[in-house]
Amino acid sequence: MTALLSVQDLSIGFGTGDPVVNDVSFDVEAGQTLALVGESGSGKTISCRAALRILPRAAQIRSGSITLNDAKGRDVLTEISERQMRDIRGNRISMIFQEPMRSLSPLHKIGNQVSEVLWLHRGASEAQARKEVLTQFERVGFPDPARAYDSYPFELSGGMRQRAMIAMAMVSKPELLIADEPTTALDVTTQAQVLGLIKELQKETGMALILVTHDLGVVANMAEQVVVMHKGRVMEAGPAGLILNNPAHPYTRQLFDAAPEIPDKDAVGIPMPDEDLILEMKNVCKTYTMRSGKGWKADKKIFACRGVDLKLARGKTLAVVGESGSGKTTAARIALGAELPDPGSEVLFRATDTDEPTMVHSMSRDERTAFQRKAQMVFQDPYSSLSPRMRIQDAMTEPLEIHGIGTRSDQRDKAADMLKRVGLNADMLKRYPHAFSGGQRQRLSIARAMMLDPALIVCDEPTSALDVSVQEQILQLLEQLQASLNLSYFFISHDLAVVARIADEVAVMRQGLVVEQAPPETLFYNPRHPYTKALIAAQPEPDINRPIDLKLVALGAGSPDSWADAFRFSDSMIPSLIELEPGHKVRCHV
Amino acid sequence: MIMLRYAVYRFFTMLLTLLVVSVLIFVIINLPPGDYLSNQIAELQASGQSAGVAKAEFLRKEYALDRPMWQQYMIWMGFMPGPHGFSGLLQGNYGWSFEFDRPVSEIVGDTLWLTVVVNLAAILFVYAVALPLGVIAAARSRTWIDYTSAFVGYLGLATPNFLLALILFYYGHRYFNLPIGGLMDPAYEGLPMSWDKLKSILVHLIVPTFVIGTSGASAMMQRLRANMLDELGKPYVETAIAKGMAPSRMLTKYPLRVAFNPFVADIGNLLPSMVSGSVLVSVVLGLQTIGPTLLTALKTQDQFLSAFILMFVALLTLIGTMISDILLVMLDPRIRYEGRDA
Repeated sequence: MTALLSVQDLSIGFGTGDPVVNDVSFDVEAGQTLALVGESGSGKTISCRAALRILPRAAQIRSGSITLNDAKGRDVLTEISERQMRDIRGNRISMIFQEPMRSLSPLHKIGNQVSEVLWLHRGASEAQARKEVLTQFERVGFPDPARAYDSYPFELSGGMRQRAMIAMAMVSKPELLIADEPTTALDVTTQAQVLGLIKELQKETGMALILVTHDLGVVANMAEQVVVMHKGRVMEAGPAGLILNNPAHPYTRQLFDAAPEIPDKDAVGIPMPDEDLILEMKNVCKTYTMRSGKGWKADKKIFACRGVDLKLARGKTLAVVGESGSGKTTAARIALGAELPDPGSEVLFRATDTDEPTMVHSMSRDERTAFQRKAQMVFQDPYSSLSPRMRIQDAMTEPLEIHGIGTRSDQRDKAADMLKRVGLNADMLKRYPHAFSGGQRQRLSIARAMMLDPALIVCDEPTSALDVSVQEQILQLLEQLQASLNLSYFFISHDLAVVARIADEVAVMRQGLVVEQAPPETLFYNPRHPYTKALIAAQPEPDINRPIDLKLVALGAGSPDSWADAFRFSDSMIPSLIELEPGHKVRCHV
Repeated sequence: MIMLRYAVYRFFTMLLTLLVVSVLIFVIINLPPGDYLSNQIAELQASGQSAGVAKAEFLRKEYALDRPMWQQYMIWMGFMPGPHGFSGLLQGNYGWSFEFDRPVSEIVGDTLWLTVVVNLAAILFVYAVALPLGVIAAARSRTWIDYTSAFVGYLGLATPNFLLALILFYYGHRYFNLPIGGLMDPAYEGLPMSWDKLKSILVHLIVPTFVIGTSGASAMMQRLRANMLDELGKPYVETAIAKGMAPSRMLTKYPLRVAFNPFVADIGNLLPSMVSGSVLVSVVLGLQTIGPTLLTALKTQDQFLSAFILMFVALLTLIGTMISDILLVMLDPRIRYEGRDA
């Protein structure tokens, strides 16, 4: 039997440079799932895009062949004309992309964009296509398909957009689906549900799947065959069970070692100490009002934070986890004084252990300047948080200039010193950000935050845009800086494995409420709240014998009304946070 | 429903802006010391012609130029009764031109709509040329098509318009027997509109449209090309290709729709820049548009004439921006649904 898609000795290069994909070969059998694993720059995306011939303009396929072999015939995809290729795209092979937020046109209705596939390949009429698309929408889990059909992408959440993308890829019943990091941009719970959906659809239609990912946990949950790529070459290939249980190639092993895991040992963590608090948030609330835009409808209130109490002791790390929209970033912004909380909220900050606490939101001008020196932030996206038009040196000395600290040469020395501290070279000061990789840029943002010798650093998902191995290095750097400078971190993340690694205390947030709070060991070994359980269950683990428990995820990640009686809350009635054991608080009715 | 409410709202803000603009225009025109009549009186006294002085003094009274400025404004606009009761812009009396010694409405008359016609033709030309060329230049960026269109575009931008006008007149007349100068055959001037007159106007429009439109078209083409290039790198374009769309359809349906926004937003800006930019061209080409008249009026401090023309140009601009705003709301759902809860 010949494979559905066969890639033979494929080499792809840009211009006259060395090939970025080098002699890559793999086969995908009908109905099977093949995972292409590797870090950014490994060539995994470009090799799978070659199958549809959607490559960047400067790239050319230098040698090798890609052959599609299905019920409709045998086509050598690297040789057929552009016109023939168009008949294959979206029809026999479809593709799902990484960023659901940007992969749909913002100006066209979802229904129009999905139906288009049927107009193109089936010559369907508008009404026929609509009927089929609505069925497909229902299948991928839209609660109201007709409404979704007439929605614009910006009216849907990320998970829903990715479902629309899946519907678009599936509606023509392709033989092969290529999914390029389909869930990387999504929350863990949404990721679990989307992966579950893809798997189910695959079982129903018998299509084959190429899954491009950097996450070994996703591989373990989805794939039958694995191809590990590194620097354009295949490092290791074989059945998933074999590779995941017993990686032969050192690079594969390296990937495994870098992937952080949620521990589940029987351990009781040490609660956050109660004295020498650098930051204390008391009953912090933040309500946004959304204008309904219609006179007869009342304005809608959105509770971004509801009675959040958090304490961060000096030299410790407090992590806040939750899905997007849970209020974790709002809490951090309030802690930094970047946002004004509702009246009655209190945020206290103590720069050193001998200082009196100051209220962050009622500071005088001088106090505020002093506070800003002591509290800094590291952002999520290292690509957009550094100005592309500023040299590293200018970006790093700018905070010192603003606060008028030191002479020009002092500032430069300090910048050079700081670069060394974060593991970069002082001679990189003259460069511009584009000359650095993602991991290096994140080191730069950390170095910039450190320039003012802060006591508190707010890290907003500092590793979620990075590869696993780079993520590991950044986490190590953060730990090392904390140990040597006694820094305190307010750490925001949606990745429990990262949090487990770095935090001293974890607060889980949902809809503006802290639903559970404990030291990581306690929280992960003995989670009590259904939402925490869902978060933990949704985390894909690189172990083929422990698949994601979708039922548990659905139970906890659904609306609070579906939770067990003890945990339910509504806008009018919210249970309080109860301390079950020392340092372990859960929001429930007793 | 949302659209209608927005259009009404937009219309009222336009009226309000127009009111503010009218104050500004009036103040600015009156900023230089003296006015047409006092200049004339001084001149006449110097040469000892007392009869003329009496007439000028009479006109000063007649047009309330002896009153304080705010009253002059109110009378001009028609908010306040003047020497002859309510008789201002609102009542349809555009005032008196001292330079030409005729009512403003008579001087401006035909040139008003000819200005509109010439500029509309130029704008249509700009869009008709810039749209396809910009898209093609972006889709085939860094090929000979791109480079050629950019080169021709820069030539268009850099060549002085009046020079281009003269060259076109010469060759147009020599090879295509196109008429030189004017907006219609002199034989039709003052005659009511007829089929032949229209034909004559259209033939006369060819060269002016081309001359006034080229620089605008090449600027807009470059802008559209840059916008398109930004959009072509977006993931949704890749999605459309992966669907199996043909390139031409894909380009027009997706990236062009997004790149089109700034294009539409430009309508408002295009109008005034063309009216003021075409003054020199109109003089050279002998077009009976409002530009040359405005120039004379400003030079001689003929205040009612210049104020009226400036008001007219402001009105055109405001209508242009209103149209582009309403079009944008129709084109872009993200603007339309702002404030609607998802």
